[in-house]
Amino acid sequence: MKLEQTEAWEQGPTDMSATTQSPVVTAALREAAAETDSRQEGLFQYKDLLLMLIWRDIKIRYKQSIMGFFWAVLMPILIIGSGMIVMVVFSTISGHPINKTDVLAVAAKAVPWAFFVAAIRFGTNSLVANKELVTKIYFPRAIMPIAAVLASFFDFAVAESVLAIVLILARVGVSVQIFWLPVLLAALMLFTAGLALLLACANLFFRDVKYLVEVVLTYGIFFTPVFYSAAKLGKWGWILMLNPLGPILESISSVLVLHQPPSPTWLVYSAAWSVLIFLVSWRIFQKSEAAFAEAI
Amino acid sequence: MGHNGIQFSGVWKKFAKGEKFDSLRDLIPSMAKWLVSGNHRGELRQREFWALKDVSFDVHGQALALIGPNGSGKSTALKLLSGILKPDRGEVHVRGRLGALIELGAGFHPDLTGRENIYLNGTILGMKKAEITRKFDEIVEFSGIGEFIDTPVKRYSSGMYARLGFSVAAHIDPEVLLVDEVLSVGDYHFQQKCFDKMRDFVRKGTTLVFVSHNMAAVSGLCKTALLLKHGVPVFLGDVAGAIQKYYSFYEEETSNDNIELAEVRLRTAAGEERDVFDPGECVVLEVKLKALQDLRNAHAALLIHTVDGQLVFDTATSRLLNNRPLELKKGETATVAFTLDMNLRSGVFLMGFNISSEIDVPGQYIYYNGCVKRVVMSREQKANGIVHLNPRAELTLG
Repeated sequence: MKLEQTEAWEQGPTDMSATTQSPVVTAALREAAAETDSRQEGLFQYKDLLLMLIWRDIKIRYKQSIMGFFWAVLMPILIIGSGMIVMVVFSTISGHPINKTDVLAVAAKAVPWAFFVAAIRFGTNSLVANKELVTKIYFPRAIMPIAAVLASFFDFAVAESVLAIVLILARVGVSVQIFWLPVLLAALMLFTAGLALLLACANLFFRDVKYLVEVVLTYGIFFTPVFYSAAKLGKWGWILMLNPLGPILESISSVLVLHQPPSPTWLVYSAAWSVLIFLVSWRIFQKSEAAFAEAI
Repeated sequence: MGHNGIQFSGVWKKFAKGEKFDSLRDLIPSMAKWLVSGNHRGELRQREFWALKDVSFDVHGQALALIGPNGSGKSTALKLLSGILKPDRGEVHVRGRLGALIELGAGFHPDLTGRENIYLNGTILGMKKAEITRKFDEIVEFSGIGEFIDTPVKRYSSGMYARLGFSVAAHIDPEVLLVDEVLSVGDYHFQQKCFDKMRDFVRKGTTLVFVSHNMAAVSGLCKTALLLKHGVPVFLGDVAGAIQKYYSFYEEETSNDNIELAEVRLRTAAGEERDVFDPGECVVLEVKLKALQDLRNAHAALLIHTVDGQLVFDTATSRLLNNRPLELKKGETATVAFTLDMNLRSGVFLMGFNISSEIDVPGQYIYYNGCVKRVVMSREQKANGIVHLNPRAELTLG
């Protein structure tokens, strides 16, 4: 995989043809033997730039620190609020009272959902918003959507900290299941980053992709188990789980709130999607990168 | 260093002009149409043109100027070198750490302070964070921003903005440096500083590719130059030759239905036709014209510009001949001759000639016709500047 090779690239140009894309450059590098074409450095070389762009995005949002913090928790609070309304409606119809666990489960799912929405929205625009950089300066373009996703991840971390406090206050407790969390977050990140790469690229070529994305993100919450658990749908629950985000969100809420292990089948299903989406998107992104400066 | 360099071999680059499908809204109907109509060749095909045609050059540890009129492909060549664009044919190699002064202050964020933007812009240009920290004071010092370094750059003047941008870019310590017309930023003093900085780079063995319309800067920095026109390499060789050739592009003659310029002669007072003169020499521009329509109340004007477009001198028959107008019937001919003492410094000037007539509104003219001749003033080492004031000096001791 490309990312791994770039680290080897750091050590020295041992296998140069592997990191290059176009046959022209491949030939060039072979000819140049041990000399590197300085423009073909790997993504790893740009670690500082990636960190700097993430820092920029965070810095700008948190310039007024109160507002920055507010933004990080606003979306999750709104989602939890709407979830409460949905739950009240459900409980009125079914006659079952709302319990604390249900509310907290919605909260545990609302925070990662808010991250997904923000990261995709931000990531989709990342290339077009930095048009000046795309047309004037060379660096691996994948840095931009990835920086956008990681900057949103910072907000997510802030919101998760708030959630942790809420869970502690609600005396939910912690179980050994929490060790699943890194795995679940990795799958969520991979899925989100993959989609962001693909959509950023698509939005560069077709500027109305962002409107389409907006619509899908707005209504996507109804096709994802956030307000309610898939189990509530009874025998049709599996349809909601087909959405790769479904099992991830359900698993997050079950390891944090319900203290139950995630369903292995669904977890594997989601993880497979995440890896697949990321790899395919990465490939498409790399293939079309050369045309960005002309098409933007 | 010493091993850095650029190789551009047989490079072709094409661009599409005209309409592009940049939204799904346009794409989907046109794809449907394409499927239904069975016209699988016509409409989606974009018209293409070559922005660069078979361009080759090699530079290793020296300075090369890319010159040419607008749209000749200079910036495209730089973008190919920096890796932003990929060639359609041919190969581009760059060896050594690449720095590009193409867009000053690229990626500056208005809400961040000068300090923060130095880090942001520096990493965008390819520096490591630690490296920026090391050079930070030097960068601030060079920019002359001083106490404003902790002010958000949105409060900067455009000059300060550009100065900070140049300052960051100049501290990349590149082995290969691409420069695109950035010397025009800041005041005279800062321009001089930038120029000196680039000269330092060249002295240290940096490979420099320099794009500019400022021929004084071009000849001051580079020994060789590549002249491009419409993407075609016209001349590759010593900078003086390239500049001469470049100016010949400006020679033009326009013609329309009103007048025909039958003969344009640039000569000495003695009648010898040439385009190279000594400062102070007497020069005659003689134009024989033929009226293709009736011509009423017309005047001929002569303008001399520097190649940078600065007006040096202009005059007209209306002023020189007591407002005696040019009146010609269709088919008649006349000869206009301007005689000048060319008290100009050495270099290239553009001498324009045109016929105009004042319409009802005073100060408003219709231009009928014109031509531009290139005049070369031969080398005169005594002075600099635009004009030649025939200087003499006396030195009295005691």
